[in-house]
Amino acid sequence: MGNRVAIVGAGMTKFVRRAQETGQELAFYATKMALDSCGMKLDQIDGVVLGSAPDTFDGVHMKGEYLSPGAGAWGKPYMRCYVGGGTGVFAVAHGWYHVASGVFDTCLVVCEEKMSSYQPHAQGAFLTIFDHTTERPLKPNLLWIFALEMNRYMTTYGLRKEDIALVAVKNKNNALDHPAAQLGGKVTLDDILSSEVLAWPVQRLDVSPVSDGAVAVILANETVARRVTDKPVWIEGVGWSLDTAYWTNRDLCYPRYVEEAARMAYKMAGVTDPRHQIHIAEPYDPFDYKELHHMEGLLLCGRGEAPQLTVDGVTQRDGELPVCPSGGLLGVGNPIAAAGLMKVAELFWQLRGEAGKRQVARKVKRGVAQAWGDLMQVGTVVVVGI
Amino acid sequence: MAQVKKLKREKHQAVTPGRPGGQEIMKGDKQRLECGLQGTGLSDEELRQGTVLTTRWKADAKYGWDAGVAIGRYLAGLKEGKILGVRCYKCHRVMVPPRLFCEWCYRNIDEWVELKDTGIVNTFSLCYVTWDVKRIKEPQIPAVIELDGATKGMGIMHLLGEVDPKKVHIGMKVKAVWKEPAQREGAITDIRYWKPV
Repeated sequence: MGNRVAIVGAGMTKFVRRAQETGQELAFYATKMALDSCGMKLDQIDGVVLGSAPDTFDGVHMKGEYLSPGAGAWGKPYMRCYVGGGTGVFAVAHGWYHVASGVFDTCLVVCEEKMSSYQPHAQGAFLTIFDHTTERPLKPNLLWIFALEMNRYMTTYGLRKEDIALVAVKNKNNALDHPAAQLGGKVTLDDILSSEVLAWPVQRLDVSPVSDGAVAVILANETVARRVTDKPVWIEGVGWSLDTAYWTNRDLCYPRYVEEAARMAYKMAGVTDPRHQIHIAEPYDPFDYKELHHMEGLLLCGRGEAPQLTVDGVTQRDGELPVCPSGGLLGVGNPIAAAGLMKVAELFWQLRGEAGKRQVARKVKRGVAQAWGDLMQVGTVVVVGI
Repeated sequence: MAQVKKLKREKHQAVTPGRPGGQEIMKGDKQRLECGLQGTGLSDEELRQGTVLTTRWKADAKYGWDAGVAIGRYLAGLKEGKILGVRCYKCHRVMVPPRLFCEWCYRNIDEWVELKDTGIVNTFSLCYVTWDVKRIKEPQIPAVIELDGATKGMGIMHLLGEVDPKKVHIGMKVKAVWKEPAQREGAITDIRYWKPV
């Protein structure tokens, strides 16, 4: 498993619909905040990992190189990683590798996304994930994929829209307490159910927004971590897995790739009973049903059981298993790669008791963050603990 | 140290008078000089009124894709009004869309098979917006259709038609509605849509 690796600092920008700052500038602000948070200087960083989703959003080919100065990568070993929406958590796994292997003592992990550049709508850039010959001639809409998956999930387990919409209510209300949030709000179940139907069963308030933003975390080996902070948050396990790109051949009601990634991370972390050994979870929630889908894939409950946990209040901030206490993508916003890293940063703050107004009620010692992406086929998981 | 600070301020002032709209202070300047959370959200209004600088550029990227060996044959089949799949003798799956290899067994496929142009709806959506989020009144109905003759769970994405949106359901039996032979061009759109049987 290699050397122990800790997260020692974290930073982020506000998540906004359209940022005045460039992607480079956003990356700089998040990175600077992360460095300041643990009193480190850039010259103490041995290497940089940057995660960012499609080049098409920014309209800059090889945008990793373009963003690198803002991400503090000047004159340093630098690597970009990219698995679509799964990138934010995958980038932490990359950074973990660098430090666990002993190649670096410290590693800066930065994720940035500026989705507002693409005109008229970021969806246009995403559409190219469909197969160019067998699917794109049907003039697909990106929402289709999610609507198809959500419908399959609802039908398989006999769920109503109400059972799922509660996730959006919880997360958007949680985000009210997040200073960086884009879409926090006092939202009721009725608001969700009466919002505009985009692609049934997906309604407007079931979906996370288009966002700009950046997040950074600093990883360090045990020696450095003990020197720079009294409260290191250890990366106990990382995992990732990829399902087939023939997405119409898969069982759309269950994310097997998330389960595989979770099992890899849990094994590394020595987690044998996730339902009891995980105290807080930040699963990927670009759509409300996705949080439920992913809780099941993360083995935090049985298949089809996640909606009931939400109804029972188990996943509330003061519940037995707080899920997305940050407000998630539905509330804080969804700058694709940055959103995933925001989840890891949230666990960092929660485990250290630094989450301010959104600090969860129960004492949390171990958490799991997860992201999902590519052609709905990748699961990335990180388990952290104190 | 003091000198550095002064230089920074001068440089900053030299830039601001050039801002469009003649603002002396750019939105967010105050915030930017303080510590803490950064990031400046802009409204649609600010973009329209040109109170912030933007630049525009249109990508002109065009592609011509090779259909490939397996999908090429699939498309040729569609032109003849046939849906082709492939079989792997090892895992016994009949797969569609066809591929040259079985990704489970990681070996070459063993034979081509003709599937029926009927199937059942695995899942569907009623979509009221276009890709760039413009509203439409009549929903498009994309679906994953499990084809008869393929292994259970093997579906393709296509559209449903000739159906009341209220009556579409998972498990519904559907049949392909083909273009006239003369209009077919060897494309997935040679099937116009799928209608209930």
